[in-house]
Amino acid sequence: MSLIVEGLSKRFARFPALNGVSLTVESGEFLALLGPSGSGKTTLLRVIAGLETPDAGQVRFDGEDFLSLTPRARRVGMVFQHYALFRHMTVAKNIAFGLSVRPGRERPHQRAIRQTVERLLALIQLDGLGDRYPAQLSGGQQQRVALARALAIEPRVLLLDEPFGALDAKVRKDLRHWLRRVHDETKITTVFVTHDQQEAMDIAHRVAVLRDGRIEQVGSPQDLAERPASAFVFDFLGDANRLDGVCDGGRAAFDGFDAPAVVANGAGGRATAWFRPHETLLAAEGPGLAVTVADILVKGALVRFECRAADGRLFDADYPVGAPPQLAIGASAKLRPTRVFVFADEGHDPAAVTPG
Amino acid sequence: MRSVAPKRPSPVGWVLVAVAVGWLALAIGLPLATVFIEAFRQGWTGFVGAITDPDALAAIRLTLLVAAIAVPLNALFGVVAAWTVTKFEFRGKTMLVSVIDLPFSMSPVISGLVWVLLFGANGWFGPLLDQWGVKIIFNTTGIVLATILVTLPFVARELVPLMQAQGNEEELAAATLGAGGLSTFFRVTLPNIAWALLTGVLLCNARAMGEFGAVSVVSGHIRGLTNTMPLHVELLYNDYDYVGAFSIASVLAGLALVTLVLKTALERRLAGEVSSDERPMTRFR
Repeated sequence: MSLIVEGLSKRFARFPALNGVSLTVESGEFLALLGPSGSGKTTLLRVIAGLETPDAGQVRFDGEDFLSLTPRARRVGMVFQHYALFRHMTVAKNIAFGLSVRPGRERPHQRAIRQTVERLLALIQLDGLGDRYPAQLSGGQQQRVALARALAIEPRVLLLDEPFGALDAKVRKDLRHWLRRVHDETKITTVFVTHDQQEAMDIAHRVAVLRDGRIEQVGSPQDLAERPASAFVFDFLGDANRLDGVCDGGRAAFDGFDAPAVVANGAGGRATAWFRPHETLLAAEGPGLAVTVADILVKGALVRFECRAADGRLFDADYPVGAPPQLAIGASAKLRPTRVFVFADEGHDPAAVTPG
Repeated sequence: MRSVAPKRPSPVGWVLVAVAVGWLALAIGLPLATVFIEAFRQGWTGFVGAITDPDALAAIRLTLLVAAIAVPLNALFGVVAAWTVTKFEFRGKTMLVSVIDLPFSMSPVISGLVWVLLFGANGWFGPLLDQWGVKIIFNTTGIVLATILVTLPFVARELVPLMQAQGNEEELAAATLGAGGLSTFFRVTLPNIAWALLTGVLLCNARAMGEFGAVSVVSGHIRGLTNTMPLHVELLYNDYDYVGAFSIASVLAGLALVTLVLKTALERRLAGEVSSDERPMTRFR
């Protein structure tokens, strides 16, 4: 019952949106498609849903050729970023829509439809709000209705296109966990599009990182964090520092200090080492790169030291709020990584890689 | 969005208000009053006599018939055009939008004349149609064609901006939920545009009944046969039958006023729905 995408390509007037994408989503899996805008993640979702026709490639589900089926026959539930609820219908009518448009013999009885609606209203915790209109609900409530509407047709695959993109941070977080619980209950194969790495890493079993219509890496959140395949993935998944050095086996040497290195794809020699702010040490004395503390910010449970090297490059170092090094703004310090990542595809397309 | 509360006018403001009100009274109020005063110059009997005259009744019937054919056709066209323009991407889309507006910028005389050029006795297809015994010019068919051309943009113009603002996500959602094209149109699209469609139809109808220029060219002014109400007004006026002319004119003006009231009521209803978020069938303007 897995969903298999093979060699999918789609070109819009000027740019290729999908460039030979292959991907397998296992039955019951929760997979996130993560990438910056324009990376093709929404296009991929719409091809699977049948809202877009690819130029080349295949989509198969449970052995069936999905591309030859109408959206109706695919039985795919889709949730859109801006909810796309039917504004002139009540919440209950919205949820019932997919069942009530079925042709006569496949359409459930009125009573069965009502029961399904009641059950789904309970699932989305909006019992008793079935008579409201979408405009009378908050954004988070509307998106839950959209999810219930998609679930009503008992979809074989659930597709979510940046479902929480239009909501504020607190609501996003609550809905994220709630969605994961709904998935654990329903066990529907789910593909979730987002550009928010935190969101993807938080709820997905596996994450596929997309870049310019290609899949850069697929793996579990731990895989991506511990074994990123490229500088792009590393950079996209969080804040990053960069420093040039010489990589030899498991270590990277810099000017007067070195650090253990995780090396991808047999990289070596002169290379850029990437490291996270929370794997960066800052001290008044000792080995390391000479920097000045430019700013100190409190970010939740972390204190962030923004440091500037003599040539103007910026580095971040994060410490727990309780144990920061005793350095004031303007102080001179030495900065060194505790662990770095080195990638073979280094250097190409620096524009797509924004530090910090 | 917060609306700025209007303040009390300053002296300059008062002058502007006076100019505006005065101009409206002079340019619209006075002629409208004249129409009704002249219509009832010989009292109720004169008025009733004028509009129950067989030729007048024929003109009223013809006008209603023409509107009954032209308005539904243009409503249909308007919906199809707006749907095409807003839900699909294709080459020449901008062209199509401009062409829809063309009848507004074109003199109605031309809208009539083109049909004469095509189907008149000396027109391109005139002799051929004559052989088959089909008569378009100086006939109801011609009047309907001219009216359709003149009133073509009304419905499309109401719908295009609304449908553009609404986007097509609801239709896409309907498709993923298994709805076919027809079911999507009748259950999702049409309810979303219902009020705007009704407004467009009202405006289209008002113009269809009131059109003079284009119809005048193709009609032939045959009393009791090809005279619509506006044409009949002119004819009676030229006959020095002022009571008759103004009586028919007052019926036309009355229809226009009814249209205006309905349209205002519709717009108020739309505005109320959107602002109170009570039951927003459409976001309008």
